[in-house]
Amino acid sequence: MAAPAGSCFHCGEQLGRTQIFATINEERQPVCCEGCRCVAELIASSGLGDFYRYRDGVTVRPEATLSSPDAWDAYRNDAVARGFIRQTAGGYQATLAVEGLRCAACCWLIDRSLRQLPDVHEVSINAATARAHVEWSGDRTTLVAVLRTIAALGYRPHPLTPASIDLSAQNERRGALKRLAAAAFGMMQVMMFATSIYAAQIAGEVMDPGIVHFFHIVSLLVTTPLLVYVGAPIFLSAWTSIRHRSIGMDVPVSIALLLAYIASVWNTLHADGQAAVYFDSVTMFLFFLTLARFVQMTIRQRTAALSDALARQLPAYAHRSVDGEIEDVPLAELQRDDRLLVKAGEVIPADGILVDSDAHVDESMLTGESLPVAKRAGDQLAAGTLNIDGPLHMMVRTSGNATILSHIVALMQRGQALKPAMMRNADAAAAKFLRVVLGGAALTCIAWWVLDPTRAFTATVAVLVVACPCAFAIAAPSALAAATAHLAHLGVLVTHPDALEALARIDRIVFDKTGTLTRGDVRIERCTAVSNLSSARCLEIAAALELASEHPLSRAFRMVDRPYVATAIQVFAGRGVEGIVDSHRYRIGTPEFVAQLRGASTSATFAEAQTGTLVCLGDEHHELALILLCDTPRENAASAIAQLRRLGIESEILSGDGESPVVATAVYCGVAEFHARQSPEQKLAHVLSLQRADHHVAMVGDGVNDAPVLGAANVSIAMGRGAALAQASAGLVLIGEDLDALPKAIMIARRMGRIARQNLIWAALYNVGSLPLAALGLVPPWLAAVGMSVSSLAVMLNAMRLLPRHVPRQSTRSRAECLPVVTRTGELPRGAALS
Amino acid sequence: MSILFLLVPLSLGLVVFAGWGFFWAVSSGQFDDLESPGWDVLQENGRSEPIDEHS
Repeated sequence: MAAPAGSCFHCGEQLGRTQIFATINEERQPVCCEGCRCVAELIASSGLGDFYRYRDGVTVRPEATLSSPDAWDAYRNDAVARGFIRQTAGGYQATLAVEGLRCAACCWLIDRSLRQLPDVHEVSINAATARAHVEWSGDRTTLVAVLRTIAALGYRPHPLTPASIDLSAQNERRGALKRLAAAAFGMMQVMMFATSIYAAQIAGEVMDPGIVHFFHIVSLLVTTPLLVYVGAPIFLSAWTSIRHRSIGMDVPVSIALLLAYIASVWNTLHADGQAAVYFDSVTMFLFFLTLARFVQMTIRQRTAALSDALARQLPAYAHRSVDGEIEDVPLAELQRDDRLLVKAGEVIPADGILVDSDAHVDESMLTGESLPVAKRAGDQLAAGTLNIDGPLHMMVRTSGNATILSHIVALMQRGQALKPAMMRNADAAAAKFLRVVLGGAALTCIAWWVLDPTRAFTATVAVLVVACPCAFAIAAPSALAAATAHLAHLGVLVTHPDALEALARIDRIVFDKTGTLTRGDVRIERCTAVSNLSSARCLEIAAALELASEHPLSRAFRMVDRPYVATAIQVFAGRGVEGIVDSHRYRIGTPEFVAQLRGASTSATFAEAQTGTLVCLGDEHHELALILLCDTPRENAASAIAQLRRLGIESEILSGDGESPVVATAVYCGVAEFHARQSPEQKLAHVLSLQRADHHVAMVGDGVNDAPVLGAANVSIAMGRGAALAQASAGLVLIGEDLDALPKAIMIARRMGRIARQNLIWAALYNVGSLPLAALGLVPPWLAAVGMSVSSLAVMLNAMRLLPRHVPRQSTRSRAECLPVVTRTGELPRGAALS
Repeated sequence: MSILFLLVPLSLGLVVFAGWGFFWAVSSGQFDDLESPGWDVLQENGRSEPIDEHS
């Protein structure tokens, strides 16, 4: 598929004013950046130009850092590489998670490129799980070469250790598929015999008792291994919940299965073929249970590749400081007593001790504590927590691997423990109802025993099966999972389970400007030196200072050469950065902030400053340079805001930038209310005052300085390329950075609320209505099994209305499937099966 | 109807065989990725290295 006109040939990003062309098959194709030019030409020159014809949608934009070769150098170290390579008789194997894999054409491209490496004899790439498996023999190819090849194509490879969590998901999927097939085959066999007996009964014929007995024995032979193999997870989970003295959904199901089976065995072996036998009900029930579990597992694995998401939350690299030089090393290479630099907004890579005098850390991923924790020199820092303000230095106390693994496990458990309020309520109600069911079954049994012992058994089994509150238990989670899946198709990730419920209620949405309404691809429009220092030199100093900042504006300086190293860097949120370069103290940031350093009030501005943001560089005595940074508004910002208005949601802009760029953006997007020059505190105060006025506020932001505001809003939405800290405090992440997805997400959230309510009401009616009928003995066991399955199925089908209707071939679907991270929501509880 | 005593065990044998086949397919990873293999046929000169060597 060719990229649409006016956009980059490789990645499809809107083209900026800069003109860069890639030469593909002797034609000049416009691209947006050097990275894309490099990748596109590499692809074409390797004879892989077909990629552009087969791909779905557009490719990921390669990041500048990926093209730099030294990022992978650490894997040259044998000790490091050995952790990721398995040695086999035929050579070596490695499995990689490939971030940015979006479609089958991506797989093909990587496949072909890897096969061009010497000695590589097996490459298999799975688009669904974004995993690449590579085998090679001999020493001509190394792990570094494989990683570089993939990185050069614009994807981000992550080597996986053999003991990685991923394998368990694969085993679970294969096991579930086998159980489902076994249950289906078994059910068909038993039903074949059962229907022939029923057909004879209905036709009024009398079957040869010998044949009937033979059929029963064959059914017994089929059902027994089936019950052991397919039923094992159900019985195990029931047993676990009994041991923990709680009654799970699997308890009545297991009792019913065992009762029906034992009674059938008894009647088969002791009676003459006339007594009732329930093998058909048992196998049918097993099949439906397994089918439901399979569907649930598929949804869970799709929408919640949690382990992946969290594994990636930890940085793959740490910045190690050796004699003042900063080098990027993989986590596995970290040693005790290494000195590390952690930039503002980054994740702390290993357990260690703070070296700097003080820092603030967000430990909410580990402790749930939402307020930043102040740390002093010598305090412990935990891996996986976030550094909130300025860059900090730390000393590693535990070696890499042990720390990371233990933290991933801890984080996973926390992620799974998070359940939305709606689901917690439904679970509590279901648990209460289960006690009623068990009590009701016992009462039914006793009552029928007194009245008519022959019917006691069937009525008891029917009560146990029909009244199982499975539909009730999946009513809310299924709606949530379907909505989450639909949002993932739109490029919206739900990272906090309560976010969707809150999203349905919002009536006010607040945007940060840079990186949200604008594209955040800030570039240096012009740099004017105002003292004796040359503008090139000023830019180099600025780049050294901005290296430590995760502010969206600092991205503009990434392409500038950095001959200098800045030390003693302090980041002032919303104002700028201060640091020492070449033994001079410099500040870069707003003109006022820079002027403060020399104790003056601000001075010069550009006349054309309204087109962008003005950043000033100065030292203790002079103003050195004025740098104009320009950013383009997102093309669909205006339409998204118009759609939001139609949904009854008013938009506002809160920006730290100066008046003129904010006005320009507000006019472009059609936003009536805007506030410029807002400090993070002012933003927070504004959001709180809106909430006091009974507004439900959604906040969209992407920077480190937005984190407190994001935490305070009813729903917070971070941009996909924003800081890790912003994403951690957000409930939703716009991975696709497509603002049009926002009004769609709100509509989906509102529909989810309606459908979850419908489901809960329907399930409650079914369970309350069917219980007395079954207790009166009006429902035979097989009908009970059908009723239970149909009620669960109805709930699931209703929830499935939330899934996208038709999946467009081009972009969003494959993009969502191969998203680097997915979510914690939509996670159905592993144990409480959808039975 | 005594033929049933032969046919039913025979059908059971067939089911066990089919089930074994399916289990083997799952275990060898044939159901892990149901999407990308469909695209392989669209490639003009797919994975043809071994053929080049021997033809």
